[in-house]
Amino acid sequence: MSHKILSKRRLSEDVFTAEIEAPLVAQARKPGQFVIISINSEYSERIPLTIADADPERGTIRLIWQRVGKTTAELADMQQGDEIANVTGPLGKPTHIENFGTIVCVGGGIGNAPLLPITKALKKAGNKIISILGARNKELLVLEDDFAAICDELIITTDDGSYGRKALVTEPLKEVCQRDPKSDQVVVIGPAIMMKFCCEVTKQFNIPTQVSLNTIMVDATGMCGGCRVEIDGKAKFVCVDGPEFDGHKVDFDLMIKRLNAYKDQEQQVYEQYKKHRCKIGLDK
Amino acid sequence: MTEKERQQLLQQLLEKQKTDKLTPANRYKIPPQDMPAQDPIKRTSNVNEVATGYTESQARLEAMRCLQCKKAPCIKGCPVQIKIQDFVAAIADGHFTRALSIIKENSLLPAVCGRVCPQEVQCQQTCTVGLKYKDPTKAVSIGRLERFVADLDQNQDAVPAVAPETGTKVAVIGSGPGGIVTAADTRRAGHDVTIFEAFHKPGGVMVYGIPEFRLPKAIVQKEIDVLTKMGVKIVPNFIVGRTRTIEQLMTEDGFDAVYIGVGAGLPRFMGIEGESLVGVYSANEYLTRTNLMKAYDFGKGADTPIALSKRVAVIGGGNVTMDSARTALRLGAEKVYLLYRRTEKEMPARIEEVHHAKEEGVEFHILQSPKRIIGDQNSHVTAIECLKYRLGELDESGRRRPIPIEGSEFHIDVDTVIIAIGNIANPLIRQTTPGLQFNKWGNIIVDENCKTSLQGVYAGGDIVLGAATVILAMGQGRIAAAAINQHLEKKSAPVS
Repeated sequence: MSHKILSKRRLSEDVFTAEIEAPLVAQARKPGQFVIISINSEYSERIPLTIADADPERGTIRLIWQRVGKTTAELADMQQGDEIANVTGPLGKPTHIENFGTIVCVGGGIGNAPLLPITKALKKAGNKIISILGARNKELLVLEDDFAAICDELIITTDDGSYGRKALVTEPLKEVCQRDPKSDQVVVIGPAIMMKFCCEVTKQFNIPTQVSLNTIMVDATGMCGGCRVEIDGKAKFVCVDGPEFDGHKVDFDLMIKRLNAYKDQEQQVYEQYKKHRCKIGLDK
Repeated sequence: MTEKERQQLLQQLLEKQKTDKLTPANRYKIPPQDMPAQDPIKRTSNVNEVATGYTESQARLEAMRCLQCKKAPCIKGCPVQIKIQDFVAAIADGHFTRALSIIKENSLLPAVCGRVCPQEVQCQQTCTVGLKYKDPTKAVSIGRLERFVADLDQNQDAVPAVAPETGTKVAVIGSGPGGIVTAADTRRAGHDVTIFEAFHKPGGVMVYGIPEFRLPKAIVQKEIDVLTKMGVKIVPNFIVGRTRTIEQLMTEDGFDAVYIGVGAGLPRFMGIEGESLVGVYSANEYLTRTNLMKAYDFGKGADTPIALSKRVAVIGGGNVTMDSARTALRLGAEKVYLLYRRTEKEMPARIEEVHHAKEEGVEFHILQSPKRIIGDQNSHVTAIECLKYRLGELDESGRRRPIPIEGSEFHIDVDTVIIAIGNIANPLIRQTTPGLQFNKWGNIIVDENCKTSLQGVYAGGDIVLGAATVILAMGQGRIAAAAINQHLEKKSAPVS
């Protein structure tokens, strides 16, 4: 049972989205969950990707990914009609959804993708939503319209000022935290370093903060433990205990180091792949 | 002994047998046949199988060492009660096909079990020949004989007969040894059987865990192919509890019975400082990256990386510890230290694996265990701080308890640490199956027929037994399948 790509689009220079046939996952998935995919069964690596959306009637899920290495580049080179050999899920614990009051949803870069279904569900549960979306530049900002459609307030920042406010997300986050009445909860999803600094801000204001972690995984069912992070000094598995954790308890520094464990090797196969796609004319 | 000498000896014995029976004294004189193996130095630079298997003359000589004891104590040592003395006699007589069919009456996976069963604590522990020498390694090599006849069969395409379709559906969760056996036995009874596997490839621990050099993947694949030919459906990438729950399978998808054979699940860590540093692996992760994901071909096609280690410490004393240590050598490590806090005598690993690991250059550090793992400013492992141990009184496992010696700390410089001290139960089924009963360790509670607290739901293998073996999982699969077949027969029996 392979998984056909029904449509594929480029959202920015390095960010892509595709609608993929995965009827069982589409039916079972809840906000906050992810899938693990591998392009072929022999040599491909298994990578976790968040489910941005799903259509149980059509039996499809929507994936959004950033091209950062060989597998994500290979995926970006696939076209409508191509098939992904393995899509497994949904994985991880679903987000706890209830009416908390006012929620600040902070997305950084590709983190907007997993943040969107969570924001939608929180909105539906009756929460007031303030979203802060950050990107390096205008071109890298994704899903702005989707957030605009559901948020009570939307703040955009870019690092270079090419769109929205020239700032890091932590700046408006701090301002929102200072408001009276205080927000009830913050959800942050994005690069580890951004989540770390956002948590430092919200900690000052004592606002509960959920983060969703995207670590290296192999099986994603708890069997290998490669995804472990330290939460309050204790090892937890992102795949079965998470992916969401209390952001104030996550050891982000260690997590970032673990994320970089194979950096050189990943670079090596990515370079090989770039040469290969150049040879076969994919880069044209 | 050369092959020529072996053939001569075999001829002499066969001649003698024509006139009178071989006496026990004659049989004791036959030298135990060593398992031919790849050269220890050469084999650490490949992933091919280490033990290459008996020749025909070796197999027959080894089989002639069997005294054919009336009480056959070996059978009592076998978890699935293979008629050992009968199949060994058949080999001695040169009737290899018959030998295999005798084994298959009780065991479905002889090519696997012949390789990975801990024979020295099962059939070979109770073997009279071994007892005479007070050494289970001098017992009749029952496992090697089993492998010999099973391998002769590898090119055969025999598919077990399947009874007419019953129209009842059986779900088997997990495609490891227990799942394979349950699927085969319930399919033989004519049920519509589907195996659900979480990984993208079936085979469970035999595919992700046990390395190619000990159990070639082709052997496992052959067993899977037999299942497919019998009409068993195999659904990969399906996580019961997440993709569908057991309740959904039974109420919405029409399954009449379920067998849970999901294996142990979560790797056990030591709970010491530094276990989340870069370069610390669970054995599960290290072996899965290498075996299932083929990290040994990284950059040559395979995309899953693994640490490029020079100095590796592997912690533990079981088969998985040996597998990890020997895998590290094959991935290019210069030094591999194996740390175990008891002594070699208490090691749960098969003797042959310990022997092979030593032969290949794994350095054994017994009565030692890490106290903490030390990293540099980049959180990469640089060393382990260890403690020395001594053995105290017997503990609940019947082994002498290891006691740390205070003030005995010392360092070993390493760049990689592999923790291979066992597994704990995966909570996924527990969290998603209301009404299913578990013990305090998270293992599923079953009765003597492997039946759980839920009607129509059976379980076996590591998720029931804790850490077990391929053969024990297989044995439970057999029991569960028989119970499932009986349950379904009752269920589908017409009401009179």
